[in-house]
Amino acid sequence: MKEHLGSCRQAIIDGDAEKSEELAKLTLEKGMPVLEVIDRGFVEGIREVGRLWEEGELFLPELVIGADAMKKAMAVLRPALESVEGGQDRLGHVVIGTIEGDIHDIGKTLVATMLAANGFEVTDLGADVPVAKFVETAAEKGADWIAISALLTTTMPGQKRVIERLEAKSLRGDVKVMVGGAPCSEEWASEIGADGYAGDAVAAVALVKGQTG
Amino acid sequence: MGMVPRVTWFDKKTRKKIVAEAMEILEKVGVFVENDEAIELLTGAGARVDGGRVMIPSQVVEKALETAPPRILVYDRNGEVAMDLGGDRIHFNPGSAALRIFDPEINDARIPVTADVIKYARLTDALPNYAAQSTGLIPGDVPEGIADRYRVFLGLQNSVKPIVTGTFKVEAFRVMHEMLAAVSGDADTLMEKPIAIFDCCPSPPLMWSDLTCQALIDCARTGLPAELVSMPLTGATSPVTLAGAVTQHCAESLSGITIHQLARAGSPVIYGGSPACFDMRKGTTPMGAVETMMIDGAYAEIGKHLGVPTHAYMGLSDSKPVDYQAGMETAMGSIIAAVSGVNNISGPGMLDFESCQSLEKLVLDHEICGMALRLTEGIELRDDPIAMPLIEQGLEKKNFLSLPHTMKWFRKEAYFPDPVIERGTLEEWRSKGKKDASERARERVGKLLSSHEPEPLDPAVVTHMTGLMEAEAKRYGLEKLPV
Repeated sequence: MKEHLGSCRQAIIDGDAEKSEELAKLTLEKGMPVLEVIDRGFVEGIREVGRLWEEGELFLPELVIGADAMKKAMAVLRPALESVEGGQDRLGHVVIGTIEGDIHDIGKTLVATMLAANGFEVTDLGADVPVAKFVETAAEKGADWIAISALLTTTMPGQKRVIERLEAKSLRGDVKVMVGGAPCSEEWASEIGADGYAGDAVAAVALVKGQTG
Repeated sequence: MGMVPRVTWFDKKTRKKIVAEAMEILEKVGVFVENDEAIELLTGAGARVDGGRVMIPSQVVEKALETAPPRILVYDRNGEVAMDLGGDRIHFNPGSAALRIFDPEINDARIPVTADVIKYARLTDALPNYAAQSTGLIPGDVPEGIADRYRVFLGLQNSVKPIVTGTFKVEAFRVMHEMLAAVSGDADTLMEKPIAIFDCCPSPPLMWSDLTCQALIDCARTGLPAELVSMPLTGATSPVTLAGAVTQHCAESLSGITIHQLARAGSPVIYGGSPACFDMRKGTTPMGAVETMMIDGAYAEIGKHLGVPTHAYMGLSDSKPVDYQAGMETAMGSIIAAVSGVNNISGPGMLDFESCQSLEKLVLDHEICGMALRLTEGIELRDDPIAMPLIEQGLEKKNFLSLPHTMKWFRKEAYFPDPVIERGTLEEWRSKGKKDASERARERVGKLLSSHEPEPLDPAVVTHMTGLMEAEAKRYGLEKLPV
């Protein structure tokens, strides 16, 4: 078991998607405890990848292939997790997108990738997403978080409008809102009544984990 | 004319290969176009729509290249030529559309307001090495929906120079065009002697959004030069190799030229861009990276090969304050742009990638531009023999200072920078209070703003523009403009 956990962790650090998928399948075949394999194997791996990236040891392409390997493993394990006691609670759902008028995609996509890699279900609406679309999708999917990216000061107010629309639809209590993007800040997040601000993909994961986990 | 110093990025064979592959990309991979009119123009010319992408045959692109003009004249408010884009002629203008302004009072970047936009336009007007102004700041004290045209409204009143700008909303073009036409006299005069350039940015990889596509078509129809700003980010939104980015840039730009020329053949279009060597550690787009400048210089060479005027976002910095890094990156980019013969160089004044403008940096960068402009004039042989008789005269007089030959040429041989560049002695520097370049620039900004009065715009035109702008403001719930 210990050896298996180590292999799972290493597959993520190596960004070896083929290997991580294989190890996830093996976990199910051998009837190993899913939660433990995720927490002490795969999650350890992605956490290490995040740490190394924050320290400047790893670069973004390495972060992304680590996340992709994680996604592959989670896709295999997710169905099993749903039937495990306590498993469902941790599967937060995040609706993410870049706000209308803004076509910048990169930062948002990195956040989506890292969230998915950490086991969250992610609905990525892409770029130039209308305010209503965020709210409708979150309601439809029963999302726990809405993550809104804005790269221009001219599009930032759209983040505020998402929150206003949630309030108008009496959905604000059901879903938390995170904002990010170059012009955003902690101050902006609190000014518009968001639940948090994340400056990068690793911070976004920490934020969502801190408040849903 | 002496020999002009030039840098070469590719041999001719490679240039041809890049263009050929870009055309193949358009034919086989295609572009994603969100604008119905553009799709109609393209399919009408023989392009094919497949799975949402428009596949453009090479012949259609080649035909567009034949009609795109090799030279574009841009005029100032008085109808004088301010920019002669084409060949290896270079022109500088400040970087456009910054979200923030660096405020030395608080030593931090902040959201700009109307007063900042006015100062910025007046300062650009006062600095002769800037051939054009730009809508360099996005004012935060008007509704976001009208910020694009409000910048033009302020710029036109506070500087005689042509204006490099762009739209944030499709409906803005009509209003901007009406203001520009009012300044020029009428729409026909504006078409004949354009006083503005519009940036039109495809989204990498290979996509034209409705907004930018419409701007491209509107520019073509009204004869206002469209500046294509393709921005591949290596390894993020384009291949990671510099050559791969240049090739994708070429494909995106060729698709833009094609849409533009189909809307109106012969209309002026500029092969521009704002690529970046994506930072794999920070996930940012460093404009001060030497690799970014290499992509810029290289695509400009492709643009010249294609026979269209060129543009690049160069001569700017990723630094946050006006410091060593700011000067180093700006100078490096400006010089590389100059020796690459980029016709329109946008960037001076900018910090923090493309998101912050600084009045102090605008004053300092002006000196970099002056030196870059001097550099591109090269070394001229003014005498034959070159030196011998002069040396004889100098020896006789014991110095060269008082030679008539010195008097004749010294102003032409050297560029004299503004005193923000310290060329005095250590003693002089001490006696003036040991100020660094940023401090000197701050004082210079104050002096220029109090001494320079831009030529006023015809009051009737101002009234007309104000009426237009007030109507726009009201539509967005603003009763009174900040000016």
